[in-house]
Formats: sequence, structure tokens, C-alpha cells
Amino acid sequence: MSTNESILEVTDLRTSFFTEGGEVKAVDGVTFDVPAGKTLGIVGESGSGKSITAMSILQLISHPGKIKGGEIKFRGKNLLDLSEKEMRKIRGNQISMIFQEPMTSLNPTYTVGQQIRESYKIHQGLGKKEGSKRAIEMLKLVGIPSPEKRLDQYPFELSGGMRQRVMIAMALACKPDLLIADEPTTALDVTIQAQILELIKELQDELGMSVVMITHDLGVVAETCDYVAVMYCGKVVEYADVRTLFKNPRHPYTVGLLKSLPRSDRDQEELTPIKGTVPSPDEMPVGCRFAPRCPFATNLCHEKLPSLDDVGDGEQIRCWIYTDEWNGDPGVKVYEPERTTEG
Amino acid sequence: MTTYIIRRLFQLIPVLFGVTLLVFLLMHLTPGNPAQLIAGETASQSTIERIEVSMGLNDPLPVQYVNFVTDVAQLDFGYSYRNNTPVFEEIKPRFWITMELAIYSTILSIFIGLIAGIVSAVRQYSVRDVTIMIIALFGMSMPNFWLGLMLMNWFSIQLGWFPPTGWGSAGQVVLPVITLGTAGAAVIARMTRSSMLDVISQDYIRTARAKGVHEQIVIYRHALKNALIPVVTVVGLQFGTLLAGTVLTETVFSINGLGRLVIDSIMARDFPVVQACILIISVIFVVVNLIVDISYTLLNKRIDMD
Repeated sequence: MSTNESILEVTDLRTSFFTEGGEVKAVDGVTFDVPAGKTLGIVGESGSGKSITAMSILQLISHPGKIKGGEIKFRGKNLLDLSEKEMRKIRGNQISMIFQEPMTSLNPTYTVGQQIRESYKIHQGLGKKEGSKRAIEMLKLVGIPSPEKRLDQYPFELSGGMRQRVMIAMALACKPDLLIADEPTTALDVTIQAQILELIKELQDELGMSVVMITHDLGVVAETCDYVAVMYCGKVVEYADVRTLFKNPRHPYTVGLLKSLPRSDRDQEELTPIKGTVPSPDEMPVGCRFAPRCPFATNLCHEKLPSLDDVGDGEQIRCWIYTDEWNGDPGVKVYEPERTTEG
Repeated sequence: MTTYIIRRLFQLIPVLFGVTLLVFLLMHLTPGNPAQLIAGETASQSTIERIEVSMGLNDPLPVQYVNFVTDVAQLDFGYSYRNNTPVFEEIKPRFWITMELAIYSTILSIFIGLIAGIVSAVRQYSVRDVTIMIIALFGMSMPNFWLGLMLMNWFSIQLGWFPPTGWGSAGQVVLPVITLGTAGAAVIARMTRSSMLDVISQDYIRTARAKGVHEQIVIYRHALKNALIPVVTVVGLQFGTLLAGTVLTETVFSINGLGRLVIDSIMARDFPVVQACILIISVIFVVVNLIVDISYTLLNKRIDMD
């Protein structure tokens, strides 16, 4: 799909939660690539399975959740074949993760220094002295003033933005190849958000790592990502590079998302929200998951689930409109002419 | 840290004032005349009056209270009505027996309670968890005098493993400590379990796992330190129940401790001894809870700040 070498290839990943009400397929056959050194955005509403996808990559799904199948190839090695012990060597070392809530993601009973040093101790066997030296370097790198002093402070003594910087310092301590950022700015002030995104980008260039940016915010995607996977109800519905996605969205869900977003680069009469709501797990449509909310849905859409198909230019779409079987209004491909010459 | 401890020590003053006042009033509000008790039922009115004057019983209550507190501060608890010996001498040897019993029982209940609670929480709803929680429910619900009698029946009388009564040898220690420690262990196990379950679902536990920390270390370092905070409170409060429990346990196992002294003295209406025992037990409780509060600061650094 992309000409670059991929650092992470997720194929048909399926993660379910087994509750009293039955199986909830939170991630239902997700497939995407993360090209080396690039940033992939995973976008979707809450409940679309984007966070579970991220947690599945590091196998941090806890009971009653379970990874049911698929493949997660990291540097050509399927992570799902690894033992728990081998997985531990990857977590926080080759693949790191930062989370949405900086206020609660740091352990309140240990100092910043203790928490960063722990990474060095686990993965590089460094002692307190060497670990502290490296921790100070990391804190400096993420732009925390007077890092020596911060080392002995507890998380409650820091602001939200500072804590997220500490989280990033901790995640990047061992210079990972891949950083998974799960809504890293959602809980922060707008000005701090921009700083944190900028910081992640800078560090990405400096360390040459790849990033998976999970967000519900298309603004964040536009600012930081090279490629985008749009998720809906546990499935990827559109995968494209970021320019194509914003200029020429194809899946009706992506179109709907973009229409509901205020934009400065286009004349816009009004914002149009997507009608209806995300279906609950126990009444998941049998056909296309988006069909009940889709303005173009035909009987085919309601009855049969489309597959995620290549449509050229490294773009993938899960929609009947772009297949030969499409028997609805041929005029719905209205987005096609908008395609610019570079496409 | 130091300022916190000093502040907490100052807060003890009103508590101790309350305790001494209550104990003092308790004695003066109970019916019966101490002078009459000392002199005996057949004593003449003039003898009783003479004793009343010598004991200061005719002084106004506030004066008597001040005298009482001054004496207590010098560890002078008066004389036992029964034996006419200084109350302090009477209490001293028994005090250490009760303290031993209480401390061993507390250690036992913390040890068993913590392990059971953690094991339960780590495998929530497993057979192991359910079994432990059912046992804990029994442990909490059993009156300890009954448990004591049952243990005595099985292990001393039927099996003959341990001596049924007394205190001092290692064998004599086992049954009373189990009797007294069981309820505490059950309460601590339940508290630890719910506290651990709460902490395990926190974001920072996920962070630790995402860092590649071994699950064992996630549980015992990252989770336990946070989960201990409410457990420590329970241990402190439990110590009060435990001290009350010593009265029954010591009676069942015929241990010459403070608890049994209280019972015997109440039976004999030996009020100065009762008064002194209550006072000492209250002060121990207050001091233990002070230690608990101070140990919080080691677990939760935020307390130090306000």
C-alpha cells in the first residue's frame, strides 16, 4: 500500500470483550500499516475501537478482553507469537505508549525520577546514578525547566502539561522505534495541546521514530499525521495519506466527519452533523456498519459487509460505492471530480 | 514531615482532655459512694466522712478533676480498693502481657489479611477469590470468645497440641493470638481486596505495564503502595476493636492481662483500677492512630503539603 518500508503491519486484528451480555467485538478485523518514520493517525468516534487497537498492539488488554486473532507484525515479527516475557522487552523499549490522562497516568506515590529511572532499570539495567543522569537528559529533551529539581518531585506537584511531558520523557526514555500516542492532548488546554503535538513531532524527527496518533480530533490529524486510518465500529473504513483524505474523502463516513468540522480553507455554508448515533454492540448491523446512518445506503449496503479494498494510490476504502457491485445512484461518487491533479 | 508530626502531637491535647474528662465523670456519675466501699458496709457515718475528706471527695468537681489529671500525669492512679496497693503497680505487669497479645495479633492479622486480599484481588471472581472471601466473612462474623472456645476445644482438649490457658510459653501464645487476630485479618483482607481492585484499574497501572514492568512488580510496587493507604486506616481502627477483644480473649484463656483485670475490677467495684485501665487503653488507641496517621505521610506525600 505504501512505497515506504512498514515498521508495523496490522492485519485482520480482532479483539473482543466477553461480557455477561455476550461477545463485544471492539476491534473487528482491523488492517493498517505504519510506514517507518511516519505518523499514522487513527481517527474515530468514541467506541470505534481505536484505543483498543492501540492497547492490542502492546497486548495490554486485560480481562474480560481478549485478542482473538490477526497479525501484528513489528519489524517483520508477529508480536502475537511472542511470550509475555518477550513482550515485556518490547513494551516501553521498542514500542512505547502515552495516554490520554496525564493527571492519572503517573503513579502518585513515586517521584518523577523513580518512574523514569524504572524504564532504564528494566530495559538497560542502569542503576540509580546513571538512570538519574539519563532521566535528566530526557526531561531536558521534552522541555521541562530545571529537570534536576523535578526528579525528586511527585506528580501532584506538576501541572497537566508538565505531567504529559514527563509521560513523554518516560515513554521515549529507551528511544523506541514506535510511539503510540492515545489521545495525548485531549485532556489538555488548547495552547498546551499545540505545544505537546509540536514536541512529539520534534522528537520524532530527532529520534527517527514512527508514531501512531490516536485521536478523535481531525485538527490533530491534519497537523501531525502522514497517513490516516478512519475507524468506525471496530473496522477501518478508509486508509489514505493525509492530503488525499482531506482533499478527497471517499467513504461517506469520512465525508460526514469532515463536513461536521469547521474549516478555514473552504467556503462552508454550515456544519452538517452525521445523522443518527453509533450503533450499540448488541444491535450491530449485519451489512456495512455505517449503512443506517449513510445517506447513500442501498439494500446491498444493509445486507452485505463491504471489504477493505485498494482503490489505487495506496488508498483503501471499505464501501460498496467504489466497487463494481454498486447498483445505487452512480452520481454519488460526487467527490471524485473534486480530486486535484496530483491525485 | 516534622512539622506535620508536631502538629499532630498538639492535636492530641484536646483528645486526651476529652478522654480524661470522660473517665473522670464516669466514676463520679456511677451510683455508689467510694468512701462507703472502702470503709465497708458496717462502717459508721463518721468513718465514711473522714475517708471522704482524706480522698478529697467533698471538693468541687473541677478541683477533683484537676487533682485527678495531675496525679495521672505522674502515673499515680491511686490505690486499689481491693488490695490497697498502688494501682500502677497492679497494672504494670499485666500491661505488657496485653500489649504482647495485641501486637502479635495485629501482626498476624496484617500478614494474613494483606496476602489474602492481594491474592483475591489479582484473580477477581476466581474460585480462589470466592473461597478467601467466604472464609473472611466467617472470620468477621464469629464472636471471638466463641472462636476461642472452639479452638481450645479442638487444639487443646481434643488434639492436645497447645496448652488451653495461660500466657508466656510459645505454645500458650498461639491460640489467643489466632482468636484475637482472625477478625482483624478478615477485615483487612476485604479492605485490601477492594482497595487493590480499585487501584489495579487505574491509569498509572496501565502506564507501568506499558513500560514493560513485570506483572509481579506492577502488583507489589505500583499497586500495593497506593492500595495500602485505606488499609492502614483500617488497621488503626481495628486496633481499637482488638483492644476491646483482649478483654474477652484474656477471660477465655485465663490470661492475666489488662482486659481480665478490667473485668475482675468491675466485678469487685474496684473503681480506681477500672479507671486507670480504661485510661491506659484509650491512650494506647489514640497513640496507635497517631502512628497510623504519621505512616500515611510515607505512603501519600500529598498529606505533608497541606
